Amino acid sequence: MSFETAGYQLLPVLPELVLAVGAMVLLLLGAYRGQGTTSLVTALAVCLLVVTGVLELMLPAGKVSSFGGSFIVDDFARFLKILALIGSVATLVLSTEFLSDPSRRIFEYPILVLLSTLGMMVLISAGDLIMLYLGLELMSLALYVVAASNRDNAKSTEAGLKYFVLGALSSGMLLYGASLIYGFTGTINFAGVAAVAKTGNIGLIFGLVFLLVGLCFKVSAVPFHMWTPDVYEGAPTPVTAFFASAPKVAAMAVFVRAAMTAFPGITTEWQQIIVFVSIASMALGSFAAIGQKNIKRLMAYSSIGHMGFALVGLAAGTAEGAQGVLVYMAIYIAMTLGSFSVILAMKRNGQAVEQISDFAGLSRTNPMLAFLFAMFLFSLAGIPPLAGFFAKFYVFTAAIRANLFTLAVIGVLTSVVGAFYYLSIVKVMYFDEPLARLDPIRIELRTVLAVTGLFNILFALFAGSVVSLATAAAKSLF
Amino acid sequence: MTTWPILSVLTFLPLFGALIVYVSRGDDEAARRNSRWIALWTTLVTFAVSLILVWRFDPAQTDFQFVEKTSWLATGITYHMGVDGISLPLIILTTGIMPLCIIASWRAITVRVREYMMAFLILETLMVGTFSALDLVLFYLFFEGGLIPMFLIIGVWGGPRRVYASFKFFLYTLLGSVLMLLAIMALYWNGSTTDIPTLMHTAVPRSLQTWAWLAFFASFAVKMPMWPVHTWLPDAHVEAPTAGSVILAAILLKMGGYGFLRFSLPMFPLASHDFAPLIFTLSVIAIIYTSLVALMQEDMKKLIAYSSVAHMGFVTMGIFAGTIQGVAGGMFQMISHGIVSGALFLCVGVVYDRMHTREIAAYGGLVNRMPLYAMVFMVFTMANVGLPGTSGFIGEFMTLLGTFKISIPTAFFATSGVILSAAYALWLYRKVVFGALVKPSLMSMKDLTLRECVTLFPLVALSIYFGVYPKPVLDMSAASVQLLVNNYTTAVTAVKAAALVH
Repeated sequence: MSFETAGYQLLPVLPELVLAVGAMVLLLLGAYRGQGTTSLVTALAVCLLVVTGVLELMLPAGKVSSFGGSFIVDDFARFLKILALIGSVATLVLSTEFLSDPSRRIFEYPILVLLSTLGMMVLISAGDLIMLYLGLELMSLALYVVAASNRDNAKSTEAGLKYFVLGALSSGMLLYGASLIYGFTGTINFAGVAAVAKTGNIGLIFGLVFLLVGLCFKVSAVPFHMWTPDVYEGAPTPVTAFFASAPKVAAMAVFVRAAMTAFPGITTEWQQIIVFVSIASMALGSFAAIGQKNIKRLMAYSSIGHMGFALVGLAAGTAEGAQGVLVYMAIYIAMTLGSFSVILAMKRNGQAVEQISDFAGLSRTNPMLAFLFAMFLFSLAGIPPLAGFFAKFYVFTAAIRANLFTLAVIGVLTSVVGAFYYLSIVKVMYFDEPLARLDPIRIELRTVLAVTGLFNILFALFAGSVVSLATAAAKSLF
Repeated sequence: MTTWPILSVLTFLPLFGALIVYVSRGDDEAARRNSRWIALWTTLVTFAVSLILVWRFDPAQTDFQFVEKTSWLATGITYHMGVDGISLPLIILTTGIMPLCIIASWRAITVRVREYMMAFLILETLMVGTFSALDLVLFYLFFEGGLIPMFLIIGVWGGPRRVYASFKFFLYTLLGSVLMLLAIMALYWNGSTTDIPTLMHTAVPRSLQTWAWLAFFASFAVKMPMWPVHTWLPDAHVEAPTAGSVILAAILLKMGGYGFLRFSLPMFPLASHDFAPLIFTLSVIAIIYTSLVALMQEDMKKLIAYSSVAHMGFVTMGIFAGTIQGVAGGMFQMISHGIVSGALFLCVGVVYDRMHTREIAAYGGLVNRMPLYAMVFMVFTMANVGLPGTSGFIGEFMTLLGTFKISIPTAFFATSGVILSAAYALWLYRKVVFGALVKPSLMSMKDLTLRECVTLFPLVALSIYFGVYPKPVLDMSAASVQLLVNNYTTAVTAVKAAALVH
């Protein structure tokens, strides 16, 4: 049997193949040369991710699929894969300090990040339920281990275990949903499901609900968000930055693709679920964050809220909605990576500080850092002219177009509540009396901060080009 | 016509100045002096550029002038700038008040001067941008963006309850604005553009008009502020540093009135007509109730803040009367109030810098030690009362005249506000300036310094000049106001005629 037969080309999966082979080579390198190679493996992993991204962009334009339609590369996939790769690269860059500690020179860490990224790429390109599950599990299994990578720390271990147990449960639900969908439609292919699922068959809807539960868990949408604050707080900070960025992009990608390409015939059925999940996430993200004292826990609730906002776009169920989600994820990833770089920079006497009160008077001791963080926070709150405003603008525009007025009104009102806790951090940084100075900020943190900070502040200047890319990507789903 | 993008230059010049201030690092006395001078020169140059605008402006033309348009977000959402007779006076007011604010902060601000000047310059960019944006999304960008610097100005350089005041200011305004944002999106889908001149000629379905009007109202009523959503204003005013109060009273409040004139009346004429009684009621309540509240204040700034709410009541009343006199009067009242209330806050700042208290009871008999100050303060008090011969009179008189034609009860009750404003303003003046100088702490008070004279005298001159000869302001906006009122009347009468036929 030739691999060149129609529908089974290897070209569309070339970036994934390169990434997989590269990860294995690096694993061998680490295994033979020992822990001393950690920094080398990390550097090579970053190069590998960049190469993968370049290959992805060089693939033939338009929609190509392979393996009988189970693996799809279109503009949608390209857009999100590049985002996920950016997230992973930034994570590895942010992790260099964490990995430089003699007690934590674990070369497996960058390799696990690579494998997880591979899972994300498969997930983003998934065109059927099997591919979806494969990608999801590859991504998640690597993440469980990474969460516990600070082996001697009880909280980190707890985070990994908790994430694993709940993640396994949600995978089970997702599989159950997938099997029901297969049972009632006779196919696992998204396009095939769409052809059959013209009406809301009760069995199919059951399957759909279980599938959505699994996906909600991965994007940490309410009511499947319980793991998020504990895992965010417990995991090492670079890992938290990773959790908050790339996997969210991949999970949101498959969420949109599955809902919009496999179930366009029963949009009203899944729309009401998404509307509920979205409202619940926005509300919980806004209200529960108010009482938080730990900045990582706060960011966890913030990300729950942001997933709720992104789901507003999905709830619209239109091309504008998909475009809104894409713009949202692009901006969200920049804001999140920037904010976590600030959190990583918060060190006094070599000790990381994570309480919100530790930010007191930062505007006087580290004016630039405080300014950038304030801009990230205002952006997360959705205040123009920062990037976060445009993110919210596009998802809510789509919701208004789809006549989801209640959702839109509740959404913007919760964003006002959310603004309160972001403002509280700005208040601590700008209005309170300063504490001791921070340690000097490492160069790689400065780089990530500069890039994300400029993206965030100057987004209004190049918003048009990002939006037109997202529009093209969203069109490829319809 | 112009070849260079004068409006963009005017808008972003202060931002450029802020960048220069940022680049001039250091925290010693020399650096502080540098940032003060850079800020002053930037605002002065900006003012000069805005005068070019006045010089080249053709008041007879009803179209937008100095128009700039480049693609931005999508086909319907562009970077579109331009001014007409409604926005130009407000731009001049902004650029004119800014140098005075910088001078007023010269000695009063001693900590984090660099950041302070940057915040003010960025705020100026956003304010000028708000008044010159001709795209709804662009407008919203500038309108909301102004919250960030103002939040920091109140919170960092404010008084003891600054945290409470800054949060209240920010969240109140944001809450109103996000609803407007949704209405902007609805308008976008209705006309597939957010271009303001296009939308002014796009018929909006009546049901959408109602909802969009309410959403815009939520934003502008808070910004204005109208009763009962005015409660953030006294807090923000009391806690803000002097220059912050001046900007807040003189310019930020005008954004609400500008919004009503720019969006509510031209885009939703039917809804504006339907809701006019609501506006009248709220305006009259604001005029009478907040004047009574002002009578009971013990804090000078709070008293002026409440009087601002009352004066803004005249503006909303005049605008929604929908007559030429009403709208022109509302427009004039905004400019006049910008000058007078800004000046009153500067006057409070003068004594606050010396005594570090704003308690009315802590003062008395200042005329003995500060005759010049007493004279200046008196002019502004009279202008605030609306004494003929001052700019305050023209605005109040015209709005009342315009409203009288539409609703006699509204005009009747609003007129009583003129009397009440005399009561609280004169009472304040008597308590602070007249009487015997018995308090020992006041014995060493010095009269106005040269710097204070520089900030106050131009405002004295303007409030008297416009009181005697209001023509320059009225002429500048006359054509635009005429067009606005004509379109509004046409739309309303068309619907009434249609209703009669059926």
